Amino acid sequence: MPQLKINGVEHTIDADPQMPLLWAIRDIVGLTGTKFGCGVGACGACTVHMDGQAIRSCLTTLADAQGHEVITIEGLSGDGSHPVQLAWQENNVPQCGYCQAGQIMQAAALLKQTPKPTDQQIVDAMSGNICRCGTYQRIRQAIKSAAEGV
Amino acid sequence: MTVIANLSRRDLLKSAAVTSGLVLGFHVGFRKFPFAEAAEEPRFQPNAFLSIDETGLVTVVASRSEMGTGIKTDLPLVLADELEADWNRVKVVQAQGDPKYGDQNTDGSRSTWQFFGPMRVAGATARQMLETAAAQTWNVPVGECRAQNSFVVHAASGRKLSFGDLAKLAATMAVPPSNEVQLKDRKEWRYIGKPRSIVDLNDIVRGRATYGIDVVVPGMKYASVERCPVYGGKVKSFDPKDALSVAGVERVVEIPATPMPSGFKPLGGVAVIADNTWSAQQGRQRLKIEWDHGPNAGHDSTAYRTELEATAREPGKVVRNHGDVDGALASAARRVMADYFVPHLAHAQMEVPNAVAHWVANTCETWAPTQNPTQVRQTVAEVLGIDEADVTVNVTLLGGGFGRKSKPDYVAEAALLSRVVGAPVKVTWTREDDIQHDYYHAICAQHLEAALDHDGRANAWLHRTVFPAIEATFQPDIVYGSGGELGQGVVDMPYDIPNVRCENGAVVNHVRIGWYRSVYNIPHAFAVCSFVDELAAAAGKDPVEYLRELLGPPRILDLKALGVSVEYPNYGVNQLVPGIADQYLIDTGRLRGVLDLVAANSNWGETLPPRQGRGIAVHRSFLSYVAVVAHVAVGDDGQVTIPRLDMAIDCGTVVNPDRVRAQLEGAAIMSIGNALYGHITVKNGSVEQSNYTDYLVPRIDITPETHVYFVENTHLPGGVGEPGVPPTAPAICNAIHAATGKRIRALPVDPQLLKA
Repeated sequence: MPQLKINGVEHTIDADPQMPLLWAIRDIVGLTGTKFGCGVGACGACTVHMDGQAIRSCLTTLADAQGHEVITIEGLSGDGSHPVQLAWQENNVPQCGYCQAGQIMQAAALLKQTPKPTDQQIVDAMSGNICRCGTYQRIRQAIKSAAEGV
Repeated sequence: MTVIANLSRRDLLKSAAVTSGLVLGFHVGFRKFPFAEAAEEPRFQPNAFLSIDETGLVTVVASRSEMGTGIKTDLPLVLADELEADWNRVKVVQAQGDPKYGDQNTDGSRSTWQFFGPMRVAGATARQMLETAAAQTWNVPVGECRAQNSFVVHAASGRKLSFGDLAKLAATMAVPPSNEVQLKDRKEWRYIGKPRSIVDLNDIVRGRATYGIDVVVPGMKYASVERCPVYGGKVKSFDPKDALSVAGVERVVEIPATPMPSGFKPLGGVAVIADNTWSAQQGRQRLKIEWDHGPNAGHDSTAYRTELEATAREPGKVVRNHGDVDGALASAARRVMADYFVPHLAHAQMEVPNAVAHWVANTCETWAPTQNPTQVRQTVAEVLGIDEADVTVNVTLLGGGFGRKSKPDYVAEAALLSRVVGAPVKVTWTREDDIQHDYYHAICAQHLEAALDHDGRANAWLHRTVFPAIEATFQPDIVYGSGGELGQGVVDMPYDIPNVRCENGAVVNHVRIGWYRSVYNIPHAFAVCSFVDELAAAAGKDPVEYLRELLGPPRILDLKALGVSVEYPNYGVNQLVPGIADQYLIDTGRLRGVLDLVAANSNWGETLPPRQGRGIAVHRSFLSYVAVVAHVAVGDDGQVTIPRLDMAIDCGTVVNPDRVRAQLEGAAIMSIGNALYGHITVKNGSVEQSNYTDYLVPRIDITPETHVYFVENTHLPGGVGEPGVPPTAPAICNAIHAATGKRIRALPVDPQLLKA
């Protein structure tokens, strides 16, 4: 049975090792902050961190994730105090909010790697994440303000 | 695990007077929901929308669905303002579907204008009663007592009592009739008109907000449904054996097909039931199904487009007629003609359709991201053959709606499956299901003609529109648009032109059609706002100047006098709030206002580098007025970028300016998608697109710098969620013309046409 470390907690998952990490996180571990959007890695709603990198959990199998450190939105800070989460609130980014966990995880990974991203680096890093409400302008602003705070 | 408790409505029904319509000012007594989490003591609860307990906690019910507009925050904010409640002591709870809240269909950009008045009265009623309770306590005239930020204050003596202190006494008092309730002067508004963060903000950024897809009920099964690829088809036979061999799969269940037109009911199909979502999807891939594709098996959207365009070139049913259009066209100094086309579009909201239902002893409890809990009750009751009162609807947050989640077919699927399985069932659509079985935005072909005089002034206007009507999804034999659909940018055409005729051509529908953000305003504003730009160019005039001329002196449109022969519901205000309908007439002065405001702020007229341009469009929809200036740049490869958008809105009184801005920023993005990417095509009856890989939506790379401006006035609030969509796409296309000299008359924009 696949063994997973999610948000610092070990889980033994009673499921097919080919099951996408997304569905194991949601249906089996019971952490629902990570969202299903497309199932084909085209929208970024399911973004989590694996060993600090932003990955699409809908395309990552349990077998792929075994032995790696997985962080979901629930584990990003615990109390919502990550600079990206704070910047998201200050800029009132979310509308429906559904894609925002994925956006925040993607942005947090970007800032970890590139603390002061240029506009183009922001576009490059965030272009895989869809927001159908169209909050992109505020996402851009929030990443910039988080970068100033980092 | 997120577990939503089973909040039973049945206890509630035993004790409560259930009424139809919005009823304020009656005492409903104690009830468990939605105030279950507050203390169990009796509390002050003067109407269905609020309660104050003895700690002073004010609980306000959000009866409208939250899909990203901010309405769950903004209507309670209006109530809290009139109540003089401290917003930090206000808790907002989402209502279940219940007739006691009146209309809960969160659609048509109408929540604010429909409920602004009732929310104010609800808050003011309670404020007045608390002041009366304080006056009795102190034995002073009530006129000397004033509510202030969750206290009632007696200025003369310096005494004050908190709302919590007064709740018990207020609860014993008679509720004053609404005509004796004194509303605050707008100068005294504490919250209305000031930016406010949404109540779920912190939960959202922490991944703790609960959408429909996050609901878990103990013992729940997971379902994935294979549906016939062709609208109107059904299962001939199926073999479940291989599906059942997948680990985790428990059952395979057929959902009977609803005959066309299927309305709000399920399309039907074959459901795989499993102990997790992925296993259900895996099992589904192994189903062997033979379909009867039905009468739409040969439907082809390319051929259909040709049919619509041919129909638009022929005379149709006349829906507005004044003057002598044919005579004016025949004697025109210059005659201008253009045909426009907009394809089917898919909503593609981020959260796929999903629902949980639990059938127990001839009752059904549901949890759903729905814009329309009232319709969920009706449809679920209908498919199960039970009473509406035995259907409970728990409304979650919606991961986007845009009109898709006004239709509860997916909730009815879960309900039918729960009854068969005998356990709670969650149905989760895949993205492919969502794109291929949507209620599509209607395809539309239009033909416009105008006569210009020697000064370039428009003397005649002919507009023909041809589209499948939404009613065709609900009734057989519908071939013409409704008055409401034709009132979205056709018969309400505002320009001061002496000879006008509008026509609607007949067409038979072949796919599921439904409301999509701003609905028929999308094709109609695209055609009308593009065509007036073509007229300006033909007249050799600046588009802003030309629009000012066309609008003429400020006037209120009298559609009857202008020869409109279909019913004009004016976005429902005539029916839903007839008492205020005369405040929402079509006012060309307000169109002029947003036009002037956006022109003044967008560097209009300033010279741009080659292959860059600005375009303008102005349109009224959903009782608000929006003008947009787009600045575009067209690459030598024909690719369009949009460095900047300027948007001016007159939506009357603004409740939460930050959310109005957000709605316009978002509407602009959606409209960019309509202009540049969106198209659904059908071949052999099946939709050809399947996911975000081939149904493209805007991403951050196309996002312009968007500026939003408000016309400040004291008119009643208008709609906000949709009005930003219609004018943005034509503003972009007009800017493309300014940049390249090429006209875009069909969406989405084809970059091949724009190569240098």
